[in-house]
Amino acid sequence: MAFWDYLPIAILFVISAGLAAIAVGLGHLFGPRKPTPKKLEPYESGMNPFGPGTRRMPVRFYLVAVLFILFDIEVVFFLPWAVVLKDLGITGLVEMIVFVSILVVGFIYAWKKGALEWE
Amino acid sequence: MTLNYALFFILAAIAIASALGMLLSKNAVYSALFLILNFNVVAIFYVLLNAPFIALTQITVYAGAIMVLFLFVIMLLGAEQTGRISSARWVKPAAYSLGIILISEILYIIFAQTGVIPDAASIAAEFGSPVTVGKALFSRYLLPFEATSVLLIASMIGAIVLTKRKS
Amino acid sequence: MNFSDLTTILPLITLVGWAIILILVDLFIPAQRKGIMAMLSAIGIMISLVIAICQFGGQTTAFSGMVVFDGFSVFLQILFLISGLAAIALAYDYIKRQGIERSEYYILLMFSLSGMTLMAMADDLIIIFLALELLSIPLYVLAGFANPRLDSEEAALKYFLLGSFSDAFVVFGTALVFGAARTTTIPGIIAAITVGAANLILLMVGAALILIGLGFKVSIVPFHMWTPDVYQGAPSSVTAFMAVGAKTAGFAALLRVFMAAFNTLAVDLVPVLWALAALTMILGNITAIVQGNIKRLLAYSSIAHTGYISMVLVTINQSRITQHAVGAALFYLVAYAVTSFGAWAVVITLEHSEGKGLNVEDYAGLGRKYPALAAAMTVFMLSFTGVPPTLGFLGKFYIFRAVLEGGYVGLAIIGVLTSLVSAYYYLRVVVVMYMREGEPLVRKEFWLSSTIFMTAIATVIVSIFSTPLFTWASKGIMFIPK
Repeated sequence: MAFWDYLPIAILFVISAGLAAIAVGLGHLFGPRKPTPKKLEPYESGMNPFGPGTRRMPVRFYLVAVLFILFDIEVVFFLPWAVVLKDLGITGLVEMIVFVSILVVGFIYAWKKGALEWE
Repeated sequence: MTLNYALFFILAAIAIASALGMLLSKNAVYSALFLILNFNVVAIFYVLLNAPFIALTQITVYAGAIMVLFLFVIMLLGAEQTGRISSARWVKPAAYSLGIILISEILYIIFAQTGVIPDAASIAAEFGSPVTVGKALFSRYLLPFEATSVLLIASMIGAIVLTKRKS
Repeated sequence: MNFSDLTTILPLITLVGWAIILILVDLFIPAQRKGIMAMLSAIGIMISLVIAICQFGGQTTAFSGMVVFDGFSVFLQILFLISGLAAIALAYDYIKRQGIERSEYYILLMFSLSGMTLMAMADDLIIIFLALELLSIPLYVLAGFANPRLDSEEAALKYFLLGSFSDAFVVFGTALVFGAARTTTIPGIIAAITVGAANLILLMVGAALILIGLGFKVSIVPFHMWTPDVYQGAPSSVTAFMAVGAKTAGFAALLRVFMAAFNTLAVDLVPVLWALAALTMILGNITAIVQGNIKRLLAYSSIAHTGYISMVLVTINQSRITQHAVGAALFYLVAYAVTSFGAWAVVITLEHSEGKGLNVEDYAGLGRKYPALAAAMTVFMLSFTGVPPTLGFLGKFYIFRAVLEGGYVGLAIIGVLTSLVSAYYYLRVVVVMYMREGEPLVRKEFWLSSTIFMTAIATVIVSIFSTPLFTWASKGIMFIPK
């Protein structure tokens, strides 16, 4: 396996994890901690929190998430396409145009039906 | 090769621990976070198996999009704290015994049978690279690829129909 | 890929293309005139049907062996497309009067239909999986189309959860088969087994998982649990389409995969298939007896019919009768489709809003007030039971013949005995219609009445001239490239 090819990524992960650990760790080590009930409340942009945090959310969030997944999957197919496009030539272009136009129809539908609006 | 083995066992330990953490957490959000860890470890497994494209898909689709969906669903249901699920008395022992039977079957197959796991050495190193995947996807597997877009648009319409009220 | 690949799957391309155009057209149709969408979708399906019929004859593969074009695929495509037309005829007035008319109904129905059409041609486990998803996902949504009605939502959720679970079995099985044979195409699997390159243990586990997954779709006992609730909760027009289309597609995959690719595993598989078929026939028929709700009764009856069809799977390793077995299964599926659409159309005719008019008792007095309707329902019930001269009788006849040719006398006896049991609950409907007094409330709706009329006629007439149909179905034997 081309293990060494991935070494830079591994180093990147280690450094980012290390930085995060340092930032959190230093705060824990040196920051004063005097908890009061007011301080332990959830932070809601400076307002006094009201109601329980675990109330049910509207289903619109779900719709946004599903649409996100669908377009995310579409994007995943672009990567292997992009790396071999030169070999595929015009056929590859047509194949992807068909794929994308089907999804563009879906996009138009979602747009027109107001699925992208927050009412 | 030994390095690979060492990596594999460390990662396997993390994968199992995060899976257990996901199952045993009382708070559904913690479970979701454990699941992200698990997805990421599995992505590294794919890299170890010479399948970088699958690894990338694992992170963008599963650790990214699917987890967003999971968190939204947890929010939607307001189910951060799962209560004890009440079920019939026989369910738990039945589940345990079925699980034990399954594990012993798997162990039996692994240890008592030979040649069950196909030889991996004959697979080319380039097998899982984006270039190979791309070439296969846009020639041999063209029809499944285009069918996927139809599948996506059908699910898109389905999701909108179910969540949008009649205007 | 080349041009001939495209012409091979032209019915499918037409269907998908038409559905996608309809999505755009729908945006310009005012909300109160959505009935136009039904006509437009029907036109699309008819064009596709004409192309499918014109294509008749010949054998070829396309898209590097992903799909196969043979008698089997043409036969099933025509069956699916006609089912699609019938489903639109059933839905047209029904969804209007139930207040759930939206143009997406027809679009989703067309997408589901494309999945079924793809399944008819699938010659690769990946295509089988994609076709399964493509036909199921729209059905999950259609089952919940009457939301916020609770039973419809329950049906959608149950169908979705168990359906996705079973699809996961199919994927897992496919992965294991790929691990065993290093390929997912059915000819490739056959070749790998023949030269001994396949790992038989992995292949066995994979085949078992695929059997479980597809067993869910066609509701083989013990994977039938979802069927009564989903059939009852979903809008009746959807149930009719689901009962015929999804089941036929599931059997298309089962026949294609098990008859062609997994027949070498017969030593291990046949006892399992034998037991599954016997269980399905027994449990489906016996549970149907105690049902008071007609939709649940038809759900259990559909489970029972699954049992009869899955009997032919026990002959997977006897190549000399494969032709008869597949022909019998396809013939039975046609008989089941025609009779089911007729019976469900009668159910829809009597159904009021809020799930009223769905009990067998509500059919009392039908024989006196609406003799034609009652006569049609009697024909369907007799066909379901398997009484001559109906399609159902010939379907059972061909199935039993194939099973006996295979030497499974015990299974055939179970089939005959359970058919006798089934007479009890089918004829109960007839008895209630003619022997009891009542004031049934019936709607006169053109498309429903014509569907009932045509299916009733077909049930009787086609049974008289059944030999050509059976010959055609038997010629539909799968094309297995060497």
